[in-house]
Amino acid sequence: MPLLWLTMLWLVGCNQAQSSQEWKDVESVPQSDFAALEHLFHKSNDTTYVINFWATWCKPCVAELPYFVQLHEKYKNKKFKVLLISLDFVKQIDKKLIPFINKHQLEPPVILLDDPAANSWIDKVDPRWSGAIPATVVYNKDKRGFHEQSFEDFESLHLIVKPYIN
Amino acid sequence: MKQLFGLFLILALCMSFVIHPSPTRKGGSLEVGDIAPNFSLVNIDGSTFTLSEQRGQVEGFIITFTCNTCPYAQMYEDRLIALHHKYGNRYPVIAINPNDPLVNSGDSFAAMQQRAHQKGFPYPYLIDKAQEVYPQYGATRTPHVFLLDKDLVVRYTGAIDDNAQDAFGVQKNYLENALNALIDGQEPNPCFTKAVGCSIKTQLRLAKK
Repeated sequence: MPLLWLTMLWLVGCNQAQSSQEWKDVESVPQSDFAALEHLFHKSNDTTYVINFWATWCKPCVAELPYFVQLHEKYKNKKFKVLLISLDFVKQIDKKLIPFINKHQLEPPVILLDDPAANSWIDKVDPRWSGAIPATVVYNKDKRGFHEQSFEDFESLHLIVKPYIN
Repeated sequence: MKQLFGLFLILALCMSFVIHPSPTRKGGSLEVGDIAPNFSLVNIDGSTFTLSEQRGQVEGFIITFTCNTCPYAQMYEDRLIALHHKYGNRYPVIAINPNDPLVNSGDSFAAMQQRAHQKGFPYPYLIDKAQEVYPQYGATRTPHVFLLDKDLVVRYTGAIDDNAQDAFGVQKNYLENALNALIDGQEPNPCFTKAVGCSIKTQLRLAKK
C-alpha cells in the first residue's frame, strides 16, 4: 500500500515540494522489495528519471545528496523526477532515516529498498553496477546512463543529466 | 532448455581457465581464471605479509577487501572470523583495508589495530597504504572477496553470502559453498556474485583536480 502511494505520488507528480514551500515532517518511509519497484526503471513516457542509491550511513552519498535536491528544485517544472532509493537498514528507519529526511528536508521522494538478495537485483538496475554506493541511474525513453561514482559538486551531476532534458 | 543452457554457460565460464589461463587483468575486476597479483602489505602487528611467501603452506586464500567503517563490512566480521576458524588451516582469510584514512580517520592503521583487538581477528588485517593493491584486484567495494587456489588462480569472486543484515536469514552461503566445492575438487557455482557495499574511499579524484 505505501508503495502504491509512492508510485502514484511519483507518477502524478503532486509532490509536497510543488504544492507548498513549507516543509512538513515525514512520519514514515515507503518500503519495497526490488520486484515491486523494478518498473520505476522502465518508464517509457516523456519524463527523465534520476534514481540515486544512497544510505544515511554512506558518507559520500550524504555528501552528494544536496546536489540531487538542487537538481529536483531546478527542474521541478519540467518532465523530470528525482527518486532517492535508500539502502538504510529497516531497523534504523525510525532512528536514522526519518530524522535525516526531516533534518535535511529532502524533497525528492525517498523509498527504502529492503531486499537482501542483492545478487538477484543489482544487474537489473544495471549490469555495470558492482553494488557499491553511491550509484545513480539517469534515463528517459530514448537513453540510459549509469554512474557508479560520487559527484563532487552540483555541476558534475548536472553535466551528466543535461543531455536528457529537452 | 534455456535454463540448462544458462547453467552450462555459467559452468563453462567458471571452467574456462582450465583451458585458457588468462593473464592478470589490466583494467576491471579480476575474473575467475585470472592469476591474482602478488602483494606485500603491512599487517596490524607490524609484520609484512607477502602473498607469494605464504603460498605452498596452504591450499589457497580468501582475500577480503574490507574496512573498519562500512556497516556492511562490520556486519560480516563475525562471519569472516567463523569462516577463518573453520577453513583457515587450508584457506585462511586475508583481510585488506583499501580505504584512504585521510578520507575517513576511522580507517587509520591505529583504528584497524584497535578494531582487530576488540573483535579478536584471528587472521591478518593488512593496510593497502599506497592504495595500489585494490586496483590490481579490481575491488570496488567493502566487503569484496576473491577466493584464490594454491596457484593464486581466482576461483570465486564477490559476496560472502546473500544476506548482510541477518546472518540467520542467509539462504545462499556463496563463499562457503565455493570453498567446499574447491575442497571437493569441484568448480564453484556460482563463481561470481554481486552485493551491496561501500565504495572504496580514495582522494585520487580530489588530487586530479
